Formats: sequence, C-alpha cells, structure tokens
Amino acid sequence: MSYVLEIKNVTKKFADFTAVKSVSFNVEDGGFFSILGGSGCGKTTLLRMISGFEEVTEGELLIRGESMEGVPPERRPVNIVFQSLALFPMMNVEKNVAFGLQRQKIPKNEVSSRVTEMLERVGLVGFEKKNVNDLSGGQRQRVAIARSLVLRPSILLLDEPLGALDRKLREHMKIELKVLQREIGTTFIYITHDQSEALVMSDHVAVMNEGKFEQIDTPKNLYKNPATSFVAGFVGESNEFDIASYAGGELITNNGCKLVKPGLDFQPNKLFIRPEAFILDSPETLPDVALVKTEIKNILFDGANTKISVVIKESADKVLISLPQNAKYDNLHEGDDLQVGIHRDDLKCYRD
Amino acid sequence: MKKRGSTFYLLMIPVLLWLGVLIVIPHLDMLYRSFRFETDDWEMVFSLNNYLTFFSDQIYWLTFVKTALYSIGVTILAFVVTFPVAFYLTKVIGKKYSGFMTLLLLIPIWIGELVTVYGWMILLRDNGVINTFLLKIGLIDSPIEMLFTNFSMTIGLLYMSMLFMIVPMMSALDSMDDSLIEAASDLGASKWMIFRQIIIPYTTPGIVSGGIIVFMLVIGDYVVPTILGGKSSLWFTEQIYNKFLMSFNWNEGAAFGFLLLVLSSTIVWIALKLSGQKLDKVGS
Repeated sequence: MSYVLEIKNVTKKFADFTAVKSVSFNVEDGGFFSILGGSGCGKTTLLRMISGFEEVTEGELLIRGESMEGVPPERRPVNIVFQSLALFPMMNVEKNVAFGLQRQKIPKNEVSSRVTEMLERVGLVGFEKKNVNDLSGGQRQRVAIARSLVLRPSILLLDEPLGALDRKLREHMKIELKVLQREIGTTFIYITHDQSEALVMSDHVAVMNEGKFEQIDTPKNLYKNPATSFVAGFVGESNEFDIASYAGGELITNNGCKLVKPGLDFQPNKLFIRPEAFILDSPETLPDVALVKTEIKNILFDGANTKISVVIKESADKVLISLPQNAKYDNLHEGDDLQVGIHRDDLKCYRD
Repeated sequence: MKKRGSTFYLLMIPVLLWLGVLIVIPHLDMLYRSFRFETDDWEMVFSLNNYLTFFSDQIYWLTFVKTALYSIGVTILAFVVTFPVAFYLTKVIGKKYSGFMTLLLLIPIWIGELVTVYGWMILLRDNGVINTFLLKIGLIDSPIEMLFTNFSMTIGLLYMSMLFMIVPMMSALDSMDDSLIEAASDLGASKWMIFRQIIIPYTTPGIVSGGIIVFMLVIGDYVVPTILGGKSSLWFTEQIYNKFLMSFNWNEGAAFGFLLLVLSSTIVWIALKLSGQKLDKVGS
C-alpha cells in the first residue's frame, strides 16, 4: 500500500508554546482519515502544516513521497475546505468552482466541462449562475467541496466543515460526505472535535490531545479498545472510576466497589465502563460477569440515548447506564432496585 | 396602509427642515439666479448668457477640465497610497495595535485643514525642511521650487483627503474573512491574482464610497488650491469665488456653481457605472 501522506516526527513550535509535539503517521491513498481532538489540541495547526499555511518546525512532511519543505500552499497537491467554507461572495457557483482551474491556464472548454462534471457529482446542476449567498448551508458545503475536488488534489483537507450546520443537516451531510469520498476515491483528511463525525465517516481516526496522538485506529477499535485513559474518556461516553487498589485480580474503587479483573500486568488507577456495557437484569449464570446491586436514582429520558443514573449499593459509586427503549424496561422507575452485570472485558483499566 | 402615528410626523420635521431649507430651496434659488441676466439697460431677464460666458472664455473651461482631471487623479492617488496602509492595519498587524494606529491617522483632522496646509508650506517652501535637508546632504545645489505649484497642490489635496479614503476601505477589509485569502492561495492563486480577483472585488464598495467622498472633497476644495497652489494653479472653485466676491456677479457665479455640481455628479455616476456599484449600496 502506498502512502499519500507521510508525517515523520513533525513538531510545530510557536513563540511561547509547542502546538504539535513530534507527531508521526501515514495516510493510505484513497482513505478517509480523521483527526479528532478538543479545541486547542493542535489539530488545526497540523492541518495548516499539511496545507502549507504553517511551516514545520522540526520533522518531515511528504506528499506522495515528495518532501513539502518550502513548497507554498498554492503549489501543493492539497486543497482545503475551510471551516467557514470561504466561498468567494462576489462570484457565482460556477465561478467559484472554476477559480482554481483558471489559475492553471487550462483551456476554457476544458474548464467548463470539468466544472459541469464536478457540479453533477455533488448534485448542484442548475445552480451554476446562483450567487453563493443565496444557497442553503448544505449547498454551500457542496460548492466548497466541489471547488477543491475539481482540482483533483492528492488530498482533500476538511477543517470541521459541518460545524456551522444544524443537527439534522449535519447527520445528512456525514453520510453524503462518506459516500462522495468512496465514489471519487480522493484521500480525505478530516479535522473535527465531533466524535460522531469521525466515527461514522472514517476508515482511520487519530485521537489528538495536547499536541500528540493518543491513538490511531479504526473507529471500531478506538471505541472498543481505547489505548489510553484519554481516549477512553474522550471517545464515546464512559463512567470513570478512580482505582484505590488492585491485588489478586480484584479491583477496588475509591468508593469501595469490588470488581474482578484478572491478568493486569500493571497497577491501574483509572477504570472506564461504557454505559451500554452494563447488562440489565443480568441472569446469575453468565460466565465472567460480575453482578452489582444498584438503586435507580434518575431516569434521564433522551429517546434512543435514554440513560438511568444508578447508585451501586455497596459503594455509593454513581453510574450512568444505557436504557433501551423497549417494552421490557418500560416499567422501571426511580427508586427501584436493579441488578446489573458487567463482563470483565468491558472493564477498561489504565495507569496514568 | 398602516396608519402613521404623531411620532412619525414629528420625526419628519428635522428631515424636512434639513432637506428643504438647507438643500432644496438654496439650490432652486441658485438655479433661478443662474438663468437671470442683467441687460445693458439694467434690466433683469431670463437668459442663457451666464452659461454662454463659460463656454466663450477659454480660461473657464480649461480650469474646469483641469479641476476634473486633477480631482480624478488625486482620488486614484489616494487609493494607491492608502490601500497598502489599510491592508496592513486590518490584515497584517493585530487588532491591539491597529486601533491605536488608526487613531494616530485621524489626528490631522482634529487640527483642521488650514493648519495642516500651513504645515505643508513649512515643509515645501524654498528654505523649508525638505529643501534644507536635500541641500545639507548635497543632493541638490539650489532649492527645488515645490511650493505654489501643481505638485504642492496635489500633495495638499491628497493629504487632506486620504483619511476619507482609508476609513471606508478599512471597514470593507475588516469585514473580509481572512480565510478567503487563504482559500484563493490554496486554490493556486498567486499574490497578484488574490489581490485582483479576491481583495479588490470584495472591497470595491468601500473603495468606491471612499473614492466618492475624496473626489467630492477635492473637486469642491478651496483652501488647498488657493494657498498651496498659489497663482499658477487655478481651481474651478476659485473661479466661482471670484465671480461672487470679486466681480459681484452672483448670476454667473450661480451658473458656474451649477456647472460644477453637474460635472461632479456626472463623474460620480460614470464611476459607479464602471465599477458596477449601486449608489444605495455604496452609501451604506
């Protein structure tokens, strides 16, 4: 497999702080790669280094095997879809999309045929002469993507382009973007703080924290097997516990809840359990499942995301548990006792 | 139709007073006077003679054309000189410094036109600052005559009007999202192309509105051409002044005033057409 982008020990230092700390990763050609992290984690700086708007302080950045040192943004085979989209307000849709092609001294008829083809791809036929200010949020999005893709870049960089859209449209655009990427086959590098965007669309996700990558993995592995406590806490929801002691395969939380987790070769101090990992009304007979008696304190109704907040009886630990919205659990009420089970593989332990 | 309350009519009074008493009535009066002519028998009649004077005497319409061309030139110069400053203050340095620097730019306005004009006289005259300096460093042997020429007049007009160009341009540049420039660069545009295709079209409303203000100020200015231009630089406002206050021919003065109004309005109209701007958009 050839790599379209290779990042080797890249560091970015600004006057008073280091935004990116010796990051290394490779992106496979034709993949959908996301960089997920909170604000200020350095993901935008990383993106700006790939696009050429920021210089690399240390390390190497190669696109299709070629070093990008000293190559200005306008000469890199990389295009960006900006967070604000940055559509040119004084031009119509057609002129926005043709802008990049016209800079390359491509013959006029080829420019117009490529623009038409691109607008067909993103479903904007008939909007050629419209002013970009008269389009809806989703249409503007597609113009911005078309404007970049028409140049056939090696990599398309997307800087949280869905951030400004409302929720419904965002859900829709997520799927649309993924389908578009599959169809066109261009490598997408997608920057976001929204884990759902990263998980739904990507082939690989890198979780970034304080200028470093915590984990690069498939969305499923990232969720199932977080490599660090940061990833466990950041990706998806989790109940977090402080571990007081670990001996003989038994964990004891700070509040005194005992759970069996054999085979750890380190002394853990953090424990994470997903809300959906709890087995409600667990039968006693399941293997490797620890049973815990709890009392329901609150039912937090949120449609398919409904959770119950329970207190573990022996330890007073508070836990959030997913509550499926089906007939079986409709009769649960606040104050009820509930026995839940946890499989030992769902106990994620870390040492910070 | 919604019924208007008394507040609506009350608020209309200052508007009507301003427009009517200060603008419409004086102009109508001027228009009326410009068509009045005193015959040899001291009789006032309606006539086109006042306007014919303008066309019959070469000095008048030559001054007229010169005033128009110089005003256009100063407007263009004002744009060329202030654009880099506006760009630097809005896009290159941070907000923290640009506010203070913009305030510094405005200081000459507080001092007043006449004082700044005298300041330029100190700089430009034969034994002034610039000539003394050039003589001292041995670049010239005798003083260059700068004061009371078209050069000194242009400098003065430019200095007086630059600020009115830079303010609307800065506000246009300020409202421009920086990522537009980055996007253009990302799509392969050179610096020159970004300037021509993105920055200029985006800031055109600001440039045109600044341009109109500068042009109007310059074409109607009296102080700078009279003091810095001296005898060698005739300005059309001086002709009007002379008509009113030297030869006491108010009727001809009124006619000349109207010609200036028509001239400047026509040039502004052409400029709006050429730049594809609408007056209401530029005005806001």
